[in-house]
Amino acid sequence: MSTKEKTWWIVAGVAIVVYALFPVAWIVSLSFKAPGDLANGQFLPTGGTATRENYTGILTGAGGDLFLPALRNSFGICLIATFISCLLAMFAAYAIARLDFPGKKLILGTALGVAIFPVISIVTPLFNLWRNIGLYDTWPGLIIPYLSLTLPISIWTMSAFFREIPWEMEQAAQVDGATTWQAFRKVIVPLAAPGVFTTAIIAFFIAWNDFVYGISLTSTSAARPVPAALGLFSGASQFEDPTGAIAAAAVIVTIPVVALVLVFQRRIVAGLTNGAVKG
Amino acid sequence: MTTTTLPPSEKTQPVSAPGHTTSDRARSERKLGWLLAGPALAVMLLVTAYPILQAVYDSLFDYRLTDPDNRSFTGLSNYLVILSDSTWWISMGVTVLITLVTVAVELVLGFALAFVMAKALKAIRPVLRAAILIPYAVITVVSAFAWRFAFAIDTGFVNTWFGWLPGIGADTDWFGGQWSALFVVCIAEIWKTTPFISLLLLAGLAQVPEVLQEAAKVDGATWWQRLRKVTLPNMKAAIMVALLFRTLDAFRVFDSIFVMTAGANNTESVSFLAYRQTISRLEIGLGSAVSVLLFLVVVGIAALFIKGFKVDLASARGEG
Repeated sequence: MSTKEKTWWIVAGVAIVVYALFPVAWIVSLSFKAPGDLANGQFLPTGGTATRENYTGILTGAGGDLFLPALRNSFGICLIATFISCLLAMFAAYAIARLDFPGKKLILGTALGVAIFPVISIVTPLFNLWRNIGLYDTWPGLIIPYLSLTLPISIWTMSAFFREIPWEMEQAAQVDGATTWQAFRKVIVPLAAPGVFTTAIIAFFIAWNDFVYGISLTSTSAARPVPAALGLFSGASQFEDPTGAIAAAAVIVTIPVVALVLVFQRRIVAGLTNGAVKG
Repeated sequence: MTTTTLPPSEKTQPVSAPGHTTSDRARSERKLGWLLAGPALAVMLLVTAYPILQAVYDSLFDYRLTDPDNRSFTGLSNYLVILSDSTWWISMGVTVLITLVTVAVELVLGFALAFVMAKALKAIRPVLRAAILIPYAVITVVSAFAWRFAFAIDTGFVNTWFGWLPGIGADTDWFGGQWSALFVVCIAEIWKTTPFISLLLLAGLAQVPEVLQEAAKVDGATWWQRLRKVTLPNMKAAIMVALLFRTLDAFRVFDSIFVMTAGANNTESVSFLAYRQTISRLEIGLGSAVSVLLFLVVVGIAALFIKGFKVDLASARGEG
């Protein structure tokens, strides 16, 4: 490759990195701006006025009463929804990859159908139903609908992973004298674990990203997740401009997720593309 | 993130115990299969099929939560009210516009990103892959806020940076008009979801046989000819999957609209209309009818895609 070509690829690479990071950098910069500096029309805080004020505001001040419960709700609800859908998907994917039974197509087709479902079409009837049976503004009231987001992708991704497991090895182990359970535990579980783990991360993201359910099926900090709390945040008092606080809260909810993605990027790419392209 | 290609049942024969496939064994395997996969299927149906049926039922009533005693059966009149109201058609137009613009731009941009990732020097490839995942990891609401604050008159830098362009000044109010507001919404959506498309296209690129590329090169085909005759036909499946999922996803646009414009200046999407009718105005009947209509449109788009491209999908993957 000539030097000129090399330079071009590096330029293109830098362009991609800037593209990906730019809005994130902007919201980080915004979160460090002092109130008087928010409207400076610049990308960065001016004149050394960078401040931690926004962060202390949402973590301790009046904003904390809104933000911290939301953070707790999001973590709890998303983790439980991820756990349930991974568990159900694991059984289903095992059956799809390993057993021969009529109905595989039906299950994969249903998952596809659920994945393309407009969320708002589910929210409308749930809103009414949840109010009648007391699930409105509760954790289960969000965990159940979140399954419609996380379960389909979990089934597809996991069955794509499971199909690549050489199941013959299990029998080979049995021939070598292992019991069925030993063969499963020592051979299949270690091979399946990375796929399950990757699926869990992807499912968690999708639940963490939800906005429609969160904003429609909750009304107080009892169950409202972070994205909904952010969307409705209007400042500690109505005379206060919440921009800095929103930016700081946005950075806090973004950092753990981005960190997770960067650590497990290789697997996440494999999971996203396996489920979709190899199917 | 799933696929419209043929389900895998054809190629995955059970590997267990060849030679012992008595009908007894087949029956127990079938039973176990349903036992394991049944719960997932049941949950999926419960969380989607049941609510949509309920929505269909609710949509036939004049039903307002603030006035529950006067609930009355009105047949299809909710649908008539919606379909004869310009609000529905405006939100439909906005949704279609956002879908067409974002999907078209994302496809081109996603291709460019995928090409760079595929061909980039080995040394920078991991960096690129990590970078491209960042928009995927940022939640839509945060991305919407970032772009809103960037374009806002008071907090934004866009007017300062692009003040040299004609029509943009320090007091350009991007969210004050329908077109400019939708432009910003589209930018936010494109930034957030292009990585997904480009990852799928990258996976598709990897499936193009290198041999064919080389052969075409030897035969003197230009870069453009190779792209059109070799690369694109061979990654049709990946392109279709990416297109289908992004189209349906874009059609449900809600978060960005909510955060950036809240539907002001005729920027309401169909999802936002359904939300406003049900959750804000508590018009369960009307809201349900909007939800059902949106659902039907989405099903229609999906059916068009799957019917229109099924043959190609199968043959593109050599499974036809």
